Amino acid sequence: MSKTQSQRLAYGEELVALGRENKDVVVLEADLGKSTMSYLFQQEFPERYFEMGIAEQNMLSTAAGLAVSGKIAFCNSFAVFAAGRPYDQIRQTISVGKLNVKVCGSSAGLSDFGDGSSHQAVEDIAIMSAIPNMTVLAPCDAEETRQCVRAAAEIQGPVYIRVLRNDLPDILPEGAEFHLGEPRVLRDGSDIVIFAHGVMVKKALDAASELDEAGISAQVVNICTMKPFPYEAVAALARGKKAVVTAEEHNYIGGLASQTALALRGSRICMDYVAIDDTFGQSAHSPEELLEFYGLTKEHIIRKVKELL
Amino acid sequence: MANQETINHKIHYLAEQHRRHEAVRKIQRLAAQIRKDVVLMIGCEGNVGHLGGSCSSADIVAALYGYKMKLEPKNPNWEGRDKFLYSKGHAGIAQYAVLAELGYFPKEDLLRVKGLGSRLQGHPDRIRTPGIEANTGSLGQGLSIANGMALAMRLDKKPNKVYCIMGDGEQAEGQIWEAAMAASAHKIDNIVGIIDQNCLQATGSIIERFNTNPLPEKWAAFGWHVIEIDGHNIEEILRALDEADTIKGKPTAIIAHTVKGKGISFAENAAGFHNGALTPEQYETALKELDAQLAELDG
Repeated sequence: MSKTQSQRLAYGEELVALGRENKDVVVLEADLGKSTMSYLFQQEFPERYFEMGIAEQNMLSTAAGLAVSGKIAFCNSFAVFAAGRPYDQIRQTISVGKLNVKVCGSSAGLSDFGDGSSHQAVEDIAIMSAIPNMTVLAPCDAEETRQCVRAAAEIQGPVYIRVLRNDLPDILPEGAEFHLGEPRVLRDGSDIVIFAHGVMVKKALDAASELDEAGISAQVVNICTMKPFPYEAVAALARGKKAVVTAEEHNYIGGLASQTALALRGSRICMDYVAIDDTFGQSAHSPEELLEFYGLTKEHIIRKVKELL
Repeated sequence: MANQETINHKIHYLAEQHRRHEAVRKIQRLAAQIRKDVVLMIGCEGNVGHLGGSCSSADIVAALYGYKMKLEPKNPNWEGRDKFLYSKGHAGIAQYAVLAELGYFPKEDLLRVKGLGSRLQGHPDRIRTPGIEANTGSLGQGLSIANGMALAMRLDKKPNKVYCIMGDGEQAEGQIWEAAMAASAHKIDNIVGIIDQNCLQATGSIIERFNTNPLPEKWAAFGWHVIEIDGHNIEEILRALDEADTIKGKPTAIIAHTVKGKGISFAENAAGFHNGALTPEQYETALKELDAQLAELDG
């Protein structure tokens, strides 16, 4: 019924659109341009596109040099190589120095299903969120990805954008605006609230529909801004509900489950999570197969809700 | 007529010689002052400081700030400036000294270095310190940052250069060689990488650890124009910096042979002063030696 679109294609197209409007936008790539879709920018703005080879650490530090010189530097690689390998470069120069470097972690989560654990970032949000001055965005569909690219360019300072490889169903209503740090209520409900980001948003919505049939009214909230995490807004949404469930394609440590638990501290509301249970991924023939194996499905969300009630 | 021309030529030549001689003396004086400021910053109250690597690179820093670079100390963010980056960020106290001498901030601030709330951190911090271009301190990253600055200058069609001092111990960091390849691949010719080859790292001799030699051959193999100099000979430093201006289509590496702790007798070639404290006696001796150098240069 709902249309699916590629997040990474949306990312690449929005970079090009941004490049047309702002001459200070530059793009750096570590030999994965055809996957991250940064090559679209290269086609239109070859002079502002820097192929930095298979050398991610150097790419991030070079972006830092461009950023201190007034450029808005978008760096691209797979999330494991964008957030993990150049962690120190992102920390030391870019984040301490509050530089305008935007890191796109592409093929994040388990979405690079075939390549196995070496290519599947299950901890990127935790790593990036732990760095002071960093903004972390985890869009749920193509449109929200475009909005994140725009927001990243406007934010003064470093931003991490998590982009998935698989096509995702359209979630955002037409004309929805992006507000940094504002949770998006996608479905109203009064009994429980499900917080989700990325691929899990659609599963949360599907779970809510099924719960409705079972007489449970579930609110579904999309948390795209993982940092600065909307602690107060999350606590306010949880207030008066019987239970809270989070759903994320990420380790429960340092992700949506951890942050939501922090938001709920001091309250008596019970909470549980659907997340990757502190383990690495592996190869499979489809992303859905992996999501099923690691317990990241509509059914798992429904089960958690029912257990809490 | 011909005779008059010859005389004019000679006068011009002598004037040039005199100017050059004065420039060299001015740089030598600035270098001695940097070393003295570094000693004052470390003090003798038990605080440690990176004396050795600051002193080994002080002459190059003085030549850059005192002669080569286009700067406006009263306007640290002047668009037309050349840029300097210590990739070996631990020598940042030498940069603090030269920035204070040039008036980027009051000299009194030097004595508050590394204190709580100080604008002068243990390693360079662009947000706190006027004249610092980027944060360094984690070794191996400065040349990549400098490449980015140089690429930005190229995009903005600026005629400026970026100068980046690395350590020879730091050459063990893999990212240095990523940056070396990147500069070649992108034909960055407005960058000058300077290697302060003082042969010692924190715990001892470099050749007994990761032997980063032979540096000239390595940098040449990575596609850089290589110049080898005595890093304490101001004439040679100036010639190398001027030569770098003439190299097009490829980056320039200056391998500077230096002495760790240069200018302070007991600290020369002593790894213990990589990041050591000074006893009151050592402190007095160092200041006495540097004051004598300054007096000689003034005399």
